[in-house]
Amino acid sequence: MRKLSKPLYGQQNMTAYLFLLPWLIGLFCLTLGPMVASLYLSLTKFNLLTSPTWTGLSNYVQIFTEDDTFRRSLGLTFYYVFLSVPLRLAFALLVAMALNKGIRGLGLYRTVYYIPSLLGGSVAIAIVWRQIFEGSGLVNQFLSWFGITGPAWIAHPDYVVYTIVTLSVWQFGSAMVIFLAGLKQIPADLYEASDVDGAGKVRQFFGITLPMLSPVIFFNLIMSMINSFQAFTPAYVIGDGRGGPLDATMFYTLYLYLKGFSFFDMGYASALAWIMLVIIGVFTAIVFLTSKFWVFYGDNQEGR
Amino acid sequence: MPLKRRLVQAGRHVAIILFGLLMLYPVLWLILSSFKPNHLIFTNSSLIPTSFTLDHFVNGWKGLQGVSFGRFFGNSALISVMSVLGNVISCSLAAYAFSRLKFKFKGLWFSIMLVTIMLPYHVTLVPQYILYNELHWINTYFPLILPKWLAQDSFFILLMVQFIRGIPRELDESATIDGCGQSQIFFRIVMPLLVPALITTAIFTFIWSWDDFFSQMIYLSKIDLFTVQLGIRSLFDPSGQSDWGALLAMSTLSLLPVTIIFLVFQRYFLEGIATTGLK
Repeated sequence: MRKLSKPLYGQQNMTAYLFLLPWLIGLFCLTLGPMVASLYLSLTKFNLLTSPTWTGLSNYVQIFTEDDTFRRSLGLTFYYVFLSVPLRLAFALLVAMALNKGIRGLGLYRTVYYIPSLLGGSVAIAIVWRQIFEGSGLVNQFLSWFGITGPAWIAHPDYVVYTIVTLSVWQFGSAMVIFLAGLKQIPADLYEASDVDGAGKVRQFFGITLPMLSPVIFFNLIMSMINSFQAFTPAYVIGDGRGGPLDATMFYTLYLYLKGFSFFDMGYASALAWIMLVIIGVFTAIVFLTSKFWVFYGDNQEGR
Repeated sequence: MPLKRRLVQAGRHVAIILFGLLMLYPVLWLILSSFKPNHLIFTNSSLIPTSFTLDHFVNGWKGLQGVSFGRFFGNSALISVMSVLGNVISCSLAAYAFSRLKFKFKGLWFSIMLVTIMLPYHVTLVPQYILYNELHWINTYFPLILPKWLAQDSFFILLMVQFIRGIPRELDESATIDGCGQSQIFFRIVMPLLVPALITTAIFTFIWSWDDFFSQMIYLSKIDLFTVQLGIRSLFDPSGQSDWGALLAMSTLSLLPVTIIFLVFQRYFLEGIATTGLK
């Protein structure tokens, strides 16, 4: 093999770069180049009409010292991520475990539970959601059967975020499908052996299911987190595109969008984007770094 | 004992079905309400329409400012299909290079590719907008389609790399001995075997392009270029003046292509999620 591949190397180099050409062009023109440009723009004032003027760190200084909306939108986004991601994953795991009991009609159930994830990203569903949580909407009609008078979810600044959280939790289907695949990988004899040892269901869950699933949980957590930080459409539709009421739907991405594309403060929007990149990077890094304490891979375990 | 087990089983089924219905309720409400006459949509809380009308579909289809929803559907379809083609072609080319060919700086390029998967869209948003603005591509579909032809959804490259790694190398080697060049190996051997991964990529690209709202909103402001998502957003008036019947009817239609594709390709789809963790 060595002899065959050596002379081919130079020729393969050429061929490989031809195959990679579209991706490389895109990487430089649409990703790396724009990243550098956006870092530069974040240090300028730029409104798209006149050329950018260098202002150094002033965008960042303003963001961190004067900008109340930044603080609020970041806080709101954190709140949303920390509430919706664990809830979504918990639902996904719970339903996956219920479906994994060798139940008949699994295919149909799996499909039904996946449908919200399939359709949930569309504007249509966001509008339906808004309507369902309206003061006189279905949720409050339902609550009134039990004599509960629900609040005006959409119009109330304290509650509107929960409607967006439920919309996101409702879409637990894709995480569930991944959990289902993970659950199938767990060898049945582990459970049988622990049955013999007299371990209860709870013990089995914490002793077998969770550790064996931890790589999948890790993966779902990372993906869910990165996606949730970037949530936009539900906040935009439910909050009428302006972050109302009282900035209660002013998610970070919405604020960035308004700064850049309503106020044409492109430099400021770029600074917001870089802060977002750093925040997502830090959170991803934290999950990665702590993962060695809670993620177990079968093959490592044997060495311990 | 068997009776008790059967009861437990039945109870489990009932719980799963009830919870499933609760999950589907919003979607069912949307679909069924679009057949109710206007005065019943919000007053009648029963799901099944007591009287039935197709008027909303007729009215809704007329669209906005003389541009029909047929146009919006056509526009969305064009964008989605072009995106699918772009992703399938350009990502498979890159994936083949990464998984089968030897070249300089391979490790470096591969790690860059992996990092770009996690990159939030917003970091490149403003300069990309400026670039497209300079090129006079605002209010064209290029900003929505071009990134796919340049393989910027790197997730799909990774998906295909993983898949190609599972294709036995002996096939390539025997083809080499038979005198096939790299491009022949790619087109004649790898591509046909890659079909499941290509289908997964195609389905996801279609659905994401169809449902995309953010970039469509940024790049398209002329009404005859509008997509389905933009059309629906424009029918919706948050102050409460919306023609709800038309809005719900068009919303129902907007979910159809995605649902049909899902139902047809369900097997690939759910397996694709399970094995690759997409979406």
